[in-house]
Amino acid sequence: MAATNIVYREIANKRATWALLALCGLFIVAGAGAHLTMEHYGHVITGMDNRIVWGLPHVFAVFLIVAASGALNVASTASVFGKSIYKPLAPLSALLALALLAGGLTVLMLDLGRPDRIIVAATTYNFKSVFAWNVFLYTGFFTIVGAYLWMMMERRMNAYAKHLGAAAFIWRLVLTTGTGSIFGFLVARQAYQSAVLAPTFIAFSLSYGTAIYLLVLAGACAIDDRPLGDAIVRRLKNLLATFVAASLYLVAVLHLTNLYFTRNHGIENFILMDGGIFTGLFWIGQVGIGSVLPLVLLLAPAKANLVRNRVLTASAAVVIGGFCQMYVTIIGGQAWPLNLFPGYKVSSSFFDGEVHNYAPSIWEIMLGLGGVALAIAIVFLALRLLRFLPERLDDATLDPSHAHAD
Amino acid sequence: MLRRLLRWFTPVLAAVGVLAALPTLAAADVPKPDIIIAHPGSKCIAPPDVMRRTHMTMLLHQREKTLRLGERGAKVSLEGCIECHANKTNNSVLGSNQNFCQTCHAYVAVKVDCFDCHQPKTGMVKTTGIKP
Amino acid sequence: MSEDNTPDAPAVQDPARRAFFGVSASAAAAAAGFVALAPGVRLMELAHAQSAYPAAGKFASSKIRWGMLIDTTKCATGCSACVSACNTENAIEPGSGRPAQSSQWIRKIELTEQADGHRELSLPMMCQHCANPPCVDVCPTGASFKRADGIVLVDRHICIGCRYCMMACPYQARSFVDEPLHDQNPEVPRGQGCVEACTLCVQRIDRGLGPACVEACTQAGHGAMLFGDLNDPKSEIATRIATTASSQVRADLRLDPGVRYQGI
Repeated sequence: MAATNIVYREIANKRATWALLALCGLFIVAGAGAHLTMEHYGHVITGMDNRIVWGLPHVFAVFLIVAASGALNVASTASVFGKSIYKPLAPLSALLALALLAGGLTVLMLDLGRPDRIIVAATTYNFKSVFAWNVFLYTGFFTIVGAYLWMMMERRMNAYAKHLGAAAFIWRLVLTTGTGSIFGFLVARQAYQSAVLAPTFIAFSLSYGTAIYLLVLAGACAIDDRPLGDAIVRRLKNLLATFVAASLYLVAVLHLTNLYFTRNHGIENFILMDGGIFTGLFWIGQVGIGSVLPLVLLLAPAKANLVRNRVLTASAAVVIGGFCQMYVTIIGGQAWPLNLFPGYKVSSSFFDGEVHNYAPSIWEIMLGLGGVALAIAIVFLALRLLRFLPERLDDATLDPSHAHAD
Repeated sequence: MLRRLLRWFTPVLAAVGVLAALPTLAAADVPKPDIIIAHPGSKCIAPPDVMRRTHMTMLLHQREKTLRLGERGAKVSLEGCIECHANKTNNSVLGSNQNFCQTCHAYVAVKVDCFDCHQPKTGMVKTTGIKP
Repeated sequence: MSEDNTPDAPAVQDPARRAFFGVSASAAAAAAGFVALAPGVRLMELAHAQSAYPAAGKFASSKIRWGMLIDTTKCATGCSACVSACNTENAIEPGSGRPAQSSQWIRKIELTEQADGHRELSLPMMCQHCANPPCVDVCPTGASFKRADGIVLVDRHICIGCRYCMMACPYQARSFVDEPLHDQNPEVPRGQGCVEACTLCVQRIDRGLGPACVEACTQAGHGAMLFGDLNDPKSEIATRIATTASSQVRADLRLDPGVRYQGI
């Protein structure tokens, strides 16, 4: 097999690498500054309040966490489903998964009201809390994927990589189910109380993770002038298209099941028809840019030399659509008022019965971008220091027998 | 793999170590606590050396009982500490290095978390309900 | 300050508690007299006169379930005596941020029936002290908890400020303290970075008084709020719930709230 002869190499000591890391460093410092400012003055300086209790930091954090699980797709395909062409790409996949999770959790943690007390989340548990389950799921993910990565990269351990890969595959499905359930178990909120939310989040994770993987792979190859073959891009293209279609389908199911119940017509009308920014982000961002555009780009017939650009454009569109989706899900769901007294028009000093507005502050934006920068920095620093990526990723190296097949 | 990691991270670890050691070296200059309290007396619930060593555990155990189990009027009480140990000038256990809680906690460099929520002053309005 | 507000003594269950209720009632009466005699007296003194906590070693009893019955037909539109009393008792002040960022442990909701557009109602909404509280279920650290006597509280010592409970509460009863505080009531610790909500004035209940809002409502002459032990069949609140129709807000969620409403 070709895979056994592949030479892995760290990316070269180039100005471009360090420039990227420096840029990330800038954003990380800005994010840290935003966190310190928020901790000093309190959340009063943010756009969040007692109605929109989870804001932009949570949009970034949940997006990154969901994408982390999906970034493992390539590794799973190699080890669980035995597709050897993906095998050389698996270490980057596991690395990206860890980096995205680290970035997302950092944002989530630094947005807490008492981040200084984060250790409490590890010392006292309420086992009934979906959040507490997630603490286990996240640490377990780090451990399993970390071990998996080690077994892939340490030649003596290669034989065990397959088993760890299977464990990681199961674990990340459970992890995303857990992330989706954070929202799905909120029975009081009309936007979330749905069992469809957990599988929907799994579909989101598969497509966001694959899209980010493609972008990072192309970025790493570009920064180091490594050849990247079309065959692998084509295969990932089909994978991505499947995941985007599955996400779109589940989103449709989610809204159609909600629409079946007359009591949910208010919230559905809000998100789908007259929710202003949320309706716009849903139709233009989540559905248009995030689903339809990528599907067209990925599935429409294209000349061979255009495929790569289309796939990368589609990936970027999926990422943008993913952010829009998280914004609509998390913030749109809270903007809609709780319905305490059906059949009554209500008003109060606490904005009962009103749609609430949210305007993120610069601090929340900086914190969120800091998390993204942290994830990118971890990936590229690791690529610079350790041998994660094959020297050549052209068709002949990866899989000579399939060099010309689709 | 491990060796490569070590090669890169040894200088980083060394730098972190030096930075972490700096405050310890500087601590030699911190003056010993010099406390002025408003109502000095011998009413404390335990001798000073016991209090110094175990007040945190006492408070930790009592807070569970008071908050979670609803025990009131217990011997150990943060309010009790403040009642006796507040400084004459500002009626508080915080404020300067002459204030009871602050001075020792500054000396041993332990963050005192209590007063993020608890009132550090005596003489504040307690149960009021409606104004008479 | 009248004896009406003293909660129904859970005489059957706990003789010691009963004795302490007696003491506190007379202490309260004495305090009231003291105020009348010397209007300039500092509230501090009043508080000291009132502070008749039971002796150490007495714990909240699971035989009791504190609750409240709110008669919306007596609750006056535009009256916010309960809200002001709560704010004074618990030292809650408007924050420096937007109105939606200030803590509100209790709020008045004005309702208009949509069908006819005429019937108007007004009622106070606060933590409903559910028997099956969703905030307690979702709290990752166990900071949200229910005391033996049914009062749902936040343990600020281990609250990390994740706000998941605020997402889970169907009543929007919780607030997040989003800036440093300084003028707390010594008996009501509150601080930046933690979530908080109505405590049923636990510091008053433990010394035998009822919640401040109930007291204020009675004193304002409305008497729309009744506080007592739902578990004691002889208490006024249990009798009224047994004999007149009352409802739970969002009863569909089966949370068994400790706060009940009449006239909705």
